[in-house]
Amino acid sequence: MNFRGWIADWIEGLGRLAMLTREAVASLFTFKVAWSDLLYQVYFVGVKSQSVVLITGAFTGMVLGAQTYFQFHKVRMDTATLAVVSVSMCSELGPVLTGLMVAGRVGAAIAAELGTMKVTEQIDALRTLATHPVDYLVVPRLVALHIALPLLTIEAIAVGIGAGYLVGVYLLDIDSTYLWINMLKYTTSSDLTIGLIKSFIFGGIVALIGCYKGISCGEGAEGVGRATTEAVVYSSITILITNFFLTLTLGRIFHTL
Amino acid sequence: MIEVRDLKKSFGPNRILDGLSFEIPRGESLVIIGRSGGGKSVLLKHLIGLLMPDSGAVLIDGKNIVGMNERELLSVRGKFGMLFQGAALFDSMTVAENVAFAFRHSPEMTVREIQSKVGEVLEMVDLPGTENKKPSELSGGMRKRVGLARAIIYHPEIVLYDEPTTGLDPIVSDSIDKLILRVRDCLDVTTIVVTHDMRSARTVGQRILMLHDKKVYAAAPTDQFFQSQDPVIRRFIDGVSDAKEHYF
Ligand SMILES: Nc1ncnc2c1ncn2[C@@H]1O[C@H](COP(=O)(O)OP(=O)(O)OP(=O)(O)O)[C@@H](O)[C@H]1O
Ligand SMILES: [Mg+2]
Repeated sequence: MNFRGWIADWIEGLGRLAMLTREAVASLFTFKVAWSDLLYQVYFVGVKSQSVVLITGAFTGMVLGAQTYFQFHKVRMDTATLAVVSVSMCSELGPVLTGLMVAGRVGAAIAAELGTMKVTEQIDALRTLATHPVDYLVVPRLVALHIALPLLTIEAIAVGIGAGYLVGVYLLDIDSTYLWINMLKYTTSSDLTIGLIKSFIFGGIVALIGCYKGISCGEGAEGVGRATTEAVVYSSITILITNFFLTLTLGRIFHTL
Repeated sequence: MIEVRDLKKSFGPNRILDGLSFEIPRGESLVIIGRSGGGKSVLLKHLIGLLMPDSGAVLIDGKNIVGMNERELLSVRGKFGMLFQGAALFDSMTVAENVAFAFRHSPEMTVREIQSKVGEVLEMVDLPGTENKKPSELSGGMRKRVGLARAIIYHPEIVLYDEPTTGLDPIVSDSIDKLILRVRDCLDVTTIVVTHDMRSARTVGQRILMLHDKKVYAAAPTDQFFQSQDPVIRRFIDGVSDAKEHYF
């Protein structure tokens, strides 16, 4: 496809995504959502992503602790190791890595599920049964991800800091009291707030791009496959890019207060 | 009352419907026939607003649904029940959940009432006791009957059937035909049936509309239609292909 065609497609896609978002927000504020659907989605997103998030959080915290120690040891700042782990887990790595893992797991599942429903005319069937696909399919997933991703992020942060602490104390022989106190001293509540705001936004990104890709899925098995891949790729890239701008703006807001 | 005026639809460069106009009075049962790939399913989807035409109008009880947005269409669709060609059952739900979908959030009905209603309708389509099966455990014909149950359980005013008897054995086909008639007579519904099955067309149709070459080729009361001497109609009824290609 030529470059102009590609740009036109891209802008059209953005427009459709914006329309979907508007429809979802409108539906949300008229309370057309069923609680049972929502709960099921929170369960699916939250509970079933546990293992992935725990492993990601733990190993990130451990490797970050070890690497920081190797550098800080040279300048005898060993006890500041966990502070670095904690601040970066709270404001950057926790939300971003959790977002990426959930994009891979849940975003893909959403796109594949809605895509299959589209190709097998189940979405059309839904519409004939006087049910708006956005009310029934999109909004529960959107709300579930908005709720679940911050919780998963907190979990990843806690596990990461805990794992970093264990590595520092038991493998690297850092003084446990100073390690802990320095961590508390340098980590501010605004770091955590920034992380939570980010993860809330990332939840929306994963849900909306997954749903959009699913609903606008092409024909057949190939269409579903493509929708799934694109959902993961686009939501991952969007998370990374958005994260940069969020770091800039939220940093300005919180650190100048 | 359904009225279609000069309906045109293309997918990309392919024109599928090229200026259809017809009316379906309330309570009538109309059979739509036509060649495979001739746009019958596409036409049905236009009647219920699942597809929007490139031009033309579709009037349901005098209201033009062309150009309505999805929310406005939802209220119009409450009048409709539709059986899809591929049944389109929700595959994550059981048969009972599929059939009861329309009552999902109706507070005026108790769980027990819904259950008994589902049982009743499944009995009607000759599938008693399948409530807890998943669609993947059913045969194609059984799925179609579940789709039928799902479409008629809430007593719609207009029911669209897309090939209700295709892929069913002759006995079940006949029972589906009788069911369509019974639904029509009991509930006084407008019935629109797309079919390739001439026997079924003769049984359920009061009037037959034939699509040919992207247009309405003929529309006539059933008896008259089956007596027609028009070569195109005759060929379709008797199932004779144009013997123009001889490879062997
Ligand atoms: N969503 C779509 N996008 C592109 N083309 C489509 C779409 N839906 C249908 N078509 C095309 O429209 C034509 C008519 O399709 P339709 O399904 O209405 O045929 P039909 O008359 O129902 O055939 P059959 O009797 O085999 O079911 C086909 O050529 C099909 O390829
Ligand atoms: Mg068809």
